[in-house]
Amino acid sequence: MSKSYYDPSDLRKFGNITDWNEELGKKFFDYYGKVFEEGALTAREKSLIALAVSHVVKCPYCIDAYTQDGLKRGITKEEMIEAVHAGAAIESGATLVHGVQMMNKYKKLSM
Amino acid sequence: MLIKSLKKRENELANAKRQLKILSEGVFKTGELPMFSSQLEAINKSVLKPKILEILQINVGYMCNQVCAHCHVDAGPDRKEIMTRKTMRQCLDVIKKTGAHTLDLTGGAPEMNPDFRWFVVEATKIGVKDFIVRSNLTIITANRKYYDLPEFFKKYNIHVISSMPHWTKGKTDKQRGNGVFNASIKALKMLNAVGYGMPGSKLKLDLVYNPSGAFLPGDQAALESDFKKALLSEFDIQFHQLFSITNLPISRFLDYLIASDNYNDYMYNLVEAFNPAAVENVMCTNTLSVSWDGWLYDCDFNQMLELKVKSSVQHISEFDKETLSSRTICISQHCYGCTAGAGSSCQGTVT
Repeated sequence: MSKSYYDPSDLRKFGNITDWNEELGKKFFDYYGKVFEEGALTAREKSLIALAVSHVVKCPYCIDAYTQDGLKRGITKEEMIEAVHAGAAIESGATLVHGVQMMNKYKKLSM
Repeated sequence: MLIKSLKKRENELANAKRQLKILSEGVFKTGELPMFSSQLEAINKSVLKPKILEILQINVGYMCNQVCAHCHVDAGPDRKEIMTRKTMRQCLDVIKKTGAHTLDLTGGAPEMNPDFRWFVVEATKIGVKDFIVRSNLTIITANRKYYDLPEFFKKYNIHVISSMPHWTKGKTDKQRGNGVFNASIKALKMLNAVGYGMPGSKLKLDLVYNPSGAFLPGDQAALESDFKKALLSEFDIQFHQLFSITNLPISRFLDYLIASDNYNDYMYNLVEAFNPAAVENVMCTNTLSVSWDGWLYDCDFNQMLELKVKSSVQHISEFDKETLSSRTICISQHCYGCTAGAGSSCQGTVT
């Protein structure tokens, strides 16, 4: 066993999850493939959304994959960092908005 | 920033045999990845054979005013290999009798060959359907003596194909050298001014896109649309088609892959993207490549790897269509570059 939880080469083996449950694995990859097709949003826009979400869910595999995907599509580093900030802003906002709960509780418990 | 070729620096990767050795070792030797020949066998193609010869690609010399980081020719100002008029005459004789509909001049910067214009004028007299010159664009603005190239190209109805890795300055200059982006924009405007690349114009101006790094090109049509939008809105520049070309792991690009520790991942990407449909139309099946000294190769990449055609005819002076058409195409692991995804050729994707 590897001494590390994450190994970059594991990304190449992602498809192998189908080995242990073909039906669910296949359904997932079909769904995944369909989601990223050109639709009401362009494949390019979806790639940037995926990059932002990759950071929010802190998935190193996804970050590698969607940085490379963006480069292939000619997405610039300026666009990539703005997408990452959009994700980060929502994530920090999600933390901060809980401050309202803290304030409510504080007020309720205080005389 | 590169200023000298691998050859001038006496880098080991200037040696074709060394490159071929690297391409057959490592992940391919351990069996982690299949050799290109095994991949062909897996799709029931034991060998690659040529079809009808459609394109004659002539490399008129390795001299160039640029030293691009990804250049598979290892071209640059320090390269002195230049095609002589004698070899050009032999090429002209062959053009007359091949029946190939496309003549494709490449380099280096082909315009730097002192006999370039003479050759273009003579070749035009023969009357091929599509006469391509691969121009790096900056040569047009490099020196006063080249300023009239757009007019010269127009006079002889040359199809101009030029390299442009991105529509932003940073990415272009990183791959092709400082100042290349601005000079390229200026040259494109000069070409547009005489009618090249304009909608409906018969003066064809196409761009070639090579990824500026260790990744494969994305969808050609999507890239073309992005390039067109950006070049038109920001610089008022127009062109016809964009050809996306995969960087093959040879010469300077191989050097870059190894130095940046990207070689294995890149080879994995190429092998994983192997597309049997691309094998059917790979350019070595309809093209012959001629080197500055008249030797014949299956493609420009094999030329740089010094893999001459496997035939009793190996030189332009002894050209024989029948003999050459029965040859087997030389392959190695670099061939994965032309069969990845939608495929790649000097004319862009092949599927």
